[in-house]
Amino acid sequence: MFFNEEFETLPRPALEALQLKRLQSTLERVYANVPFYKASFDAAGIKPSVVTSLADLQKLPFTTKQNMRDSYPYGLFAAPMEEIVRIHASSGTTGKPTVVGYTKKDISTWSELMARSFVAAGAHKGDIIHNAYGYGLFTGGLGAHYGAEMLGASVIPISGGNTKRQIMIMQDFGSTVLTCTPSYSLFMAEEAQAEGVDFKKLKLRVGIFGAEPWSEEMRNEIETKLNLSAIDIYGLSEIMGPGVAIECIEAKKGLHIWEDHFIPEIINPDTGALLSEGERGELVITTITKQGIPLIRYRTRDITSLTYEPCICGRTHARIARMSGRSDDMLIIRGVNVFPSQIEAVLVGIEGIEPHYMLIVDRQGTLDTLTVQVEVSEQLFSDEIKVLQALSRRVEKEIKDMLGVTCTARLVEPKTIQRSEGKAKRVIDNRKL
Amino acid sequence: MKVEQISIFIENKSGRLAEITRILGEAGINIRALSLADTSDFGILRLIVNDCAKANSVLKENGFTVSKTEVVAVEVPDRPGGLSAILQTLDREAINVEYMYAFVERCGGNAVIIFRFDETDKAIAALQAQNFNMLEGSRLYNM
Repeated sequence: MFFNEEFETLPRPALEALQLKRLQSTLERVYANVPFYKASFDAAGIKPSVVTSLADLQKLPFTTKQNMRDSYPYGLFAAPMEEIVRIHASSGTTGKPTVVGYTKKDISTWSELMARSFVAAGAHKGDIIHNAYGYGLFTGGLGAHYGAEMLGASVIPISGGNTKRQIMIMQDFGSTVLTCTPSYSLFMAEEAQAEGVDFKKLKLRVGIFGAEPWSEEMRNEIETKLNLSAIDIYGLSEIMGPGVAIECIEAKKGLHIWEDHFIPEIINPDTGALLSEGERGELVITTITKQGIPLIRYRTRDITSLTYEPCICGRTHARIARMSGRSDDMLIIRGVNVFPSQIEAVLVGIEGIEPHYMLIVDRQGTLDTLTVQVEVSEQLFSDEIKVLQALSRRVEKEIKDMLGVTCTARLVEPKTIQRSEGKAKRVIDNRKL
Repeated sequence: MKVEQISIFIENKSGRLAEITRILGEAGINIRALSLADTSDFGILRLIVNDCAKANSVLKENGFTVSKTEVVAVEVPDRPGGLSAILQTLDREAINVEYMYAFVERCGGNAVIIFRFDETDKAIAALQAQNFNMLEGSRLYNM
């Protein structure tokens, strides 16, 4: 099933021709309207006209999150404020948030891409979409909302939080599609269980989960506990918001990035060099239809790989692999690169361990230490010390085997690890670097 | 012959034991015997109480991880070699003691030791064969 069959299945030569045309016009526009791009292209000695093929894209300089911060709030906007109808901002965990503006056409493009994403995930007109992404400056809530409306589904704009009410509404309103962060979906399952509500009896069929990296093992966990098909969605506010890329329910193998609107590249995050198909590196995206704030070669800091292999669903758009993490979420522990999602994959592979965990990184003398806090569920609990100690040792050993990093597993009381109703906080880094 | 014991997982941080005893106290639950096994990070509090089901539910409501275990309460003659005789019987039958803890019975002069065995039924049979006295759960709970 497609929302826009013509564009979603455009043969590659036609798709690439369209990309080039749209790229060229975007470059002309930013060069003329955004002083930052004029300065950055001039500094690199490049005029937009040098781009005569898609391969020429790599001649252009990158745009970084820092560039956006330096232009705070509206410096990178390419359209006059009179044409901007919506403003969103990123969570800005460090310093000022990054601000993005949308024209009317941007909102309609975003809605269409989100509607396409819903259909790719197996949703359709007639579905009742329970949208538990936060509404507000964060793009999640409104992005999914407009897409659901464009699709013609019934959207419940419940936003995040008040989990008991969420569960009641899912039950009473007969929600069929759930959209939220993956960690929040598991928190809901836990709350539902405590309330005596059986997720298997709800009408939920599909869950569309994003805004934080998650693992294949967590997918299995969610699918079992919530009794639905869990689909990974990708987006970031700088590029648009949710709906930049989505898994198709047919394959659930990689996320189709809507290439008629975005050009993806994978680079080595240290050198900036372009990597080839299948190699893991940092995802760089160029927007080719955005009017409000077009970004050229934006470094997403997300680590993934790209494949152009045809997909069984019939979409011709390239797929990015499940994110292994954000390059700035990556922890370097005694020289070993560790993504929280890798630890999560190990933990959910151990029977009885709840996927709620916290990583605490510290430095003793000159040595980094990693402590993994794991909650002791009823299923794991034994009244014999040796059994619990064996469990800690098993967690330590499996993490060591899989990631090559030594850690201390610490068992903690249930529900003491902070639950998040938005993006889960998984790491406390106490190192003073 | 089996006695119900509840075990509670506690993190090794201040106030947890106080919290549990407060919850039990407020629920009107009386503690009959207890032992605390601890490591540097966590401990397991094992309790015999007058109302096991209620203790289990109030602690769970308060977010604790609780499990029920069957243990055996054996009366130990209060004289040199009293405990040794019991342990020798178990040893002959190759029964392992997972853990044990003692408390002094108020009504009689004997001590009572709570045992957790790897094979509870086999242990009961072996002790009965040697005429060791084991206390019924109901007697302990209502002591």
